[in-house]
Amino acid sequence: MARIDLIDVVKQFKGETVIPKLNLTIREGSFTVLVGPSGCGKTTTLRMIAGLERQTSGDILIDGACVNDVEPGKRDVAMVFQNYALYPNMTVRENIEFGLKNRGVPRRERERLVRDICEIVDLTPYLDKKPQSLSGGQRQRVALARAMVKHPKVFILDEPLSNLDAKLRVHMRTELIELHRRLGATFVYVTHDQTEAMSMGDRIVVMHRGEIMQAAAPMELYDDPDNLFTARFIGTPPMNVLPMNLLPNLGTEGEGRAEYVGFRPEHARLLPGSADPPSDGLAIAGSIITRESLGAEHVYQLRTTAGTCFVKQFLRPYAGGDFATAVVPHDRLYFFDGEGRRLRNLRAASRPEPAAAGVR
Amino acid sequence: MAPSRADARPVFATGRGAGRPAAARFRAALDAALRIANIVCMLLLVCVFALPFAWMISTSLKTLPETMRFPPDWIPDRPVWSNYADAWNSGPFPKYFLNSLIVSSGILVLQFLTIIPAAYAFARFRFPGRGLLFGLVMATLMIPPQLIFLPVYLMLSDWKLLNTHFALILPFASSAFGIFLLRQSFLQTAGELIEAARLDNAPEWKIMIRIMAPLARPVLATFALFSFISHWNDYFWPLVMTTNESARTLPIGIAKIRETEGTATWNVLMAANVMLAVPVLLAFFAAQRHIIRAFVYSGIK
Ligand SMILES: Nc1ncnc2c1ncn2[C@@H]1O[C@H](COP(=O)(O)OP(=O)(O)O)[C@@H](O)[C@H]1O
Ligand SMILES: [Mg+2]
Repeated sequence: MARIDLIDVVKQFKGETVIPKLNLTIREGSFTVLVGPSGCGKTTTLRMIAGLERQTSGDILIDGACVNDVEPGKRDVAMVFQNYALYPNMTVRENIEFGLKNRGVPRRERERLVRDICEIVDLTPYLDKKPQSLSGGQRQRVALARAMVKHPKVFILDEPLSNLDAKLRVHMRTELIELHRRLGATFVYVTHDQTEAMSMGDRIVVMHRGEIMQAAAPMELYDDPDNLFTARFIGTPPMNVLPMNLLPNLGTEGEGRAEYVGFRPEHARLLPGSADPPSDGLAIAGSIITRESLGAEHVYQLRTTAGTCFVKQFLRPYAGGDFATAVVPHDRLYFFDGEGRRLRNLRAASRPEPAAAGVR
Repeated sequence: MAPSRADARPVFATGRGAGRPAAARFRAALDAALRIANIVCMLLLVCVFALPFAWMISTSLKTLPETMRFPPDWIPDRPVWSNYADAWNSGPFPKYFLNSLIVSSGILVLQFLTIIPAAYAFARFRFPGRGLLFGLVMATLMIPPQLIFLPVYLMLSDWKLLNTHFALILPFASSAFGIFLLRQSFLQTAGELIEAARLDNAPEWKIMIRIMAPLARPVLATFALFSFISHWNDYFWPLVMTTNESARTLPIGIAKIRETEGTATWNVLMAANVMLAVPVLLAFFAAQRHIIRAFVYSGIK
C-alpha cells in the first residue's frame, strides 16, 4: 500500500508540452482511474510514476519519499502493459518468476509464490507453455500474475482490457475489482472508456490535454461535475449542453453569468407536444429524430431550436407523436460560464414572458 | 410479380455461370503455368549450385586417368574409395581439421561475445559520439583484409603470435557486419519488453542476454552460418599467417596436396574437398532449422 503524490509535474517531449502542470494525490489503497480521451497524457503520467519516463520538472513521491532518481525496478511498482509485453522466449512460469529471480528470491520461495498466484488467476495448467500459444485472456492473466507475484505497493495498469473482446472485458473488470480488494495495494488504472472508469474506480481522475479536469468519486463526478468537459465526458449518452442565449425563457438567480446550461438525458421527461409543461422546469420543444430502445431504457434524440439533445426514459417508452417537449426540473440543471467552468451558486428561475417561438 | 422474379434469377445465374468457368479455367491455367515456371527456375538454380558439387563428388571417386577422360563421365566405372584414405594420409589432416575447428569456432564465440554488447549499446543507449563510432564500425566493412594484412602481420609478428591460433582468430574477433545486422534487429524489438524487464529489476546485461538476444535468434543463426562458412573456407588469411603445420587449417592443407604430388591428382584433391565441405554442410543444416523455426515463431507473434 502506498500513497503517490505528483507535485507540479511537467512533461515535455522535444519542447512540446504534453503535461503543463500536474498536481495529483493518489490515495493509499485506492483504485484510482485516470480517464480521458486518447492522447491526453494518461500513459505518460503512468510511465512517470513507474519511472520509465522522467518528468521535465516537478516531484513524484511514493509513500512520502521522492522517487525522482529511483530506478523503475526499485520503486516497488508493477505495471501491466496494454500489449501485455510478455517475454516471448520464456514460458509462463519463467515470465512470472523473472522479477523474483532478479531480486534473488530463493527457489523454494519462488515456487510457492508462483503456485499461489497461478491458482488465483487460474494459470496452473499453462505454466510450461509459451505466451504465443495462449489466448488473449490468458496472456492478460499472465501479465497480471507477473505483476502480482512481486507483491508491489503500487499496481499500474495501462488500458489492460482494451485488447479483449467485450464479454471477457466485462468479466475481467469484476476480477480486477476483486483482485484489488484482495491485495489491498494501490491501483492506478488507465482507460479511455468512461464506463470502465465509472464501474471500476473508487476515485476517478478526468484528464484533458495533460490537465486534470476533476478528481472525485464516480458518483460525485456524475452528480456534481466541475466543468463542461467532465460533464460531457461522463455518462452515456453524454450530458446535453445548450447555449443560454437560445433559451430566452430560462433565467438564473445568484452569482455569475451562465453561458451554457446542461442536463442529463435521464433527468428529462418527454411529454407529448400538446401537453402543458409544468412551471417548475425547463421545457424545450422539438421533434424526435431517432428512437433507440434497449429494453428497459429508451433513448430519444430531439431536435430543438436550441440544439439537439438526448432524452432517456426508463421502463415505459414515450408513447406520443414526433413533436414532443422535454421537461427538466430546475434543480437538475447545471450552469457553466463561457470558459466551461461550473457555476455552482446559480439557480434556475423561470421567466414568464412568452418570448421566442419554438421554445416555450 | 413473383413469377417474373423467379424467371429473372435463372437467367442471371446462367449469365454468370457461363462467364465464370472460362475465367476460372484461365486462372487455373495461369496458376499451373506459374507453378511450372517456378519449379523450372528452382531446378535451374539447384543445378547451378549442385552440379559443381556433384562433379566434385564424382571426381573424388575416380581414378586419375578417368578424371582426364573426354568427354567426361558423371558416374565413375568403379568408385575408388581409397582416394579418401589417400587424401587423409597425404598430410597431417587430423591436425588441420582440429585447427580449422578451433579457429572457426573460436572466431564465432569471440564474435558473439563482442557483437551482442556492441549492437545492444548502439541500439539502446544514447551517448556522445555514438553516431561517429557507429560510422567508424561501418567504415571497416569497406576495408578488405588484403589491404591491412601487412600491418596486422607485422603486429602479430611483434607479439610472437604468428603460427598460433591467435593469429587466425584475433583479427576476426568482432564483425562490423554482425554489429550492423544485430543492431537492426535490436532496434525493432518492442520497447515495452525492455521496460517490463526494467520493472522486473533485470540488470542491463540480463535484458540483453535473456530478452533481446533470444529475440534476435534468426539473425544470430544467419550470422553464425555466414561467419562459420567464410572462416572455415578462408584461404588467404591462414596462408599468410602460418608458415608451419602448428596452426594451419584445412584449406591450406588441401592446397598442399596439389603442390606435393608433382602432377595434380585431381581425384585425391576432390576427395579432400568433399571432406572440407562436410562440416560446412552440417553447419548449414543445423542453422537452417533454427532460422526457419525462428522465422515461423516471429510470424505467429
Ligand atoms: N515518446 C514520445 N515522444 C514524443 N511525444 C510523445 C511521446 N510519448 C507520448 N507523446 C505525446 O504525448 C501525448 C500524450 O500521450 P499519451 O500519454 O500516450 O496519451 P494517452 O495515453 O492519454 O492516450 C500525445 O500527444 C503523444 O503524441
Ligand atoms: Mg495510452
